[in-house]
Amino acid sequence: MNDRPSYSSVFFMFLRNSLVRDLSFRSNFWVECVSSLSWVIMNLGFYLLIFSYTNSIGNDTGWGKWEFFVFLATTLLVNSLVQMFFMPNIQEFSELIRTGKLDFALLKPIDTQFLISFEKVNWPSTANFLFGILLMSISLYQLTHRPTDPIELTAGMVAVYAVFLLCGVAILYSLMIVLAASSIWLGRNTSLYDFWFYITSFSRYPMEIYNAGTLGLTLKMIFTFAIPILIVVNVPARILAQPMGVDPTDKWMLSGYMIVATALSLLFSRWVFKMSLKSYRSASS
Amino acid sequence: MAELAARASTWWAIFQINFYEKLVYRGDFMLGTLMRFLPIVTQIFLWSAIFSARGGGDSSGEEIVGYTYYNIVAYYLLSTISRAFSSMPGLASGIALQIREGEIKKYLVQPLDLISFFLLNRVAHKLTYYIVAAVPFAIVFFVCRGYFEGWPPTQVLCAYVVSLILSFMLGFFMEATIGMIGFWFLEVRSLLFVYMLFTFFLSGHMFPLDMLNELGGPWSTIVKSLPLMYLAYFPAAVFLEKITGAELMWGLIVQVGWVVFFIIASRLAFHYGVKQYSAYGG
Repeated sequence: MNDRPSYSSVFFMFLRNSLVRDLSFRSNFWVECVSSLSWVIMNLGFYLLIFSYTNSIGNDTGWGKWEFFVFLATTLLVNSLVQMFFMPNIQEFSELIRTGKLDFALLKPIDTQFLISFEKVNWPSTANFLFGILLMSISLYQLTHRPTDPIELTAGMVAVYAVFLLCGVAILYSLMIVLAASSIWLGRNTSLYDFWFYITSFSRYPMEIYNAGTLGLTLKMIFTFAIPILIVVNVPARILAQPMGVDPTDKWMLSGYMIVATALSLLFSRWVFKMSLKSYRSASS
Repeated sequence: MAELAARASTWWAIFQINFYEKLVYRGDFMLGTLMRFLPIVTQIFLWSAIFSARGGGDSSGEEIVGYTYYNIVAYYLLSTISRAFSSMPGLASGIALQIREGEIKKYLVQPLDLISFFLLNRVAHKLTYYIVAAVPFAIVFFVCRGYFEGWPPTQVLCAYVVSLILSFMLGFFMEATIGMIGFWFLEVRSLLFVYMLFTFFLSGHMFPLDMLNELGGPWSTIVKSLPLMYLAYFPAAVFLEKITGAELMWGLIVQVGWVVFFIIASRLAFHYGVKQYSAYGG
């Protein structure tokens, strides 16, 4: 008998089970798809409205309408992946801690973090993911076909983009694990989702907008180095939207930093997770 | 007289229970309120970037539909005050849940009017909220006082207070009506999501609704004929003196009209809903 569990087959089982569960309530599945899509479309409407009053986000930052929509599509892709794989699980994790049901996860012969991170897959989020792909394709078509200096898209760029996209997902995942694990110490998790929402709101816009004033630069420093939330969308989006960039050295420095930040975030979250398990007191049993 | 006194003491009891319940978590509550302003920080930077792009690096003197950069920031801050009055977290979903779980029958057998009870609960909830949230609100507004051009004249201030109170009533009765739809459809979560979505974008919480004016097409007319704009946009625009004179009077009258409309609608929904009601649950 093999005493190491096969992580990939367990993962595929999770995928399958979740799909079966989601499709058992089919109308609910479609309602969820439509409602999350309508949220995205409303947001898109807001940005279209903004771009009817301005040509770019910030002066000389290079974030024109279609560049920004590449950025927006990236936000959408990162967030839909996080929502699809991690959001329902991590919320459940806080609940497991509170009710003492984490015992059952600890007893299983598989890595606990793996188990609690992947158990449920939220399939309706694929709707947002597909919409992100669509928005990305339209924006890239516009950027590559514009009359003045069109962007030349290469397969390499797309591949690098995909890697950094996954880095972004990994950073958000780490942040989520740290937040959820902290509920072992705090014993409550009501504000977890709020906190998540407030923190991630900083990742929603190009980081150039913080280049104003002391407060802006302080925020930029904090959310780049202390909690690397600002680079989650910015680095991958720049690869496609501004291949030459406003400041190429800055871009490559930041991309290199993102790799380091991803590794550190994952390691840190792993460490916090293990520490928090040590403090777990199995509340109810 | 005795009946009125008894009723007053019931109300007082309900109020006190809510008051102390909120005060238990005051630390968390204040922190939560301060955190609420965080998304506004990103919003402020976004607008600063937009104005600077319009002015080619210099945002002073630039205006979007009559709003300067300072006006926009003030607008966002004021819209949080509007929302502090008009948002009713958990009201519609609470009513719908009580219908589904059958809990609502306790109001049917007790000598207590459901809508008044919920309204009173909400007033108590809001008052405690203002008492505790006054500190973080005061801090934020003091820090951001530079974005305001001083206090508006007294009559504008009066109109502002009136429209805030009306926005509380409108928010309450509109959500109560939506919650009562639960009498007919047991699961209203997706409906509530749609309501939340429309409120978020069309109440003026995300941007001053005047921005729709120059868009052309029917958008501005549609949005401005919905009651949602009174939940955030209208009070803020009154304070900033973007709506004045006859337009202001007319706006207040329409707002009163919507409040009356939803008072009647919620009463009717309750009246007919109870007839539909089959007391599920234990």
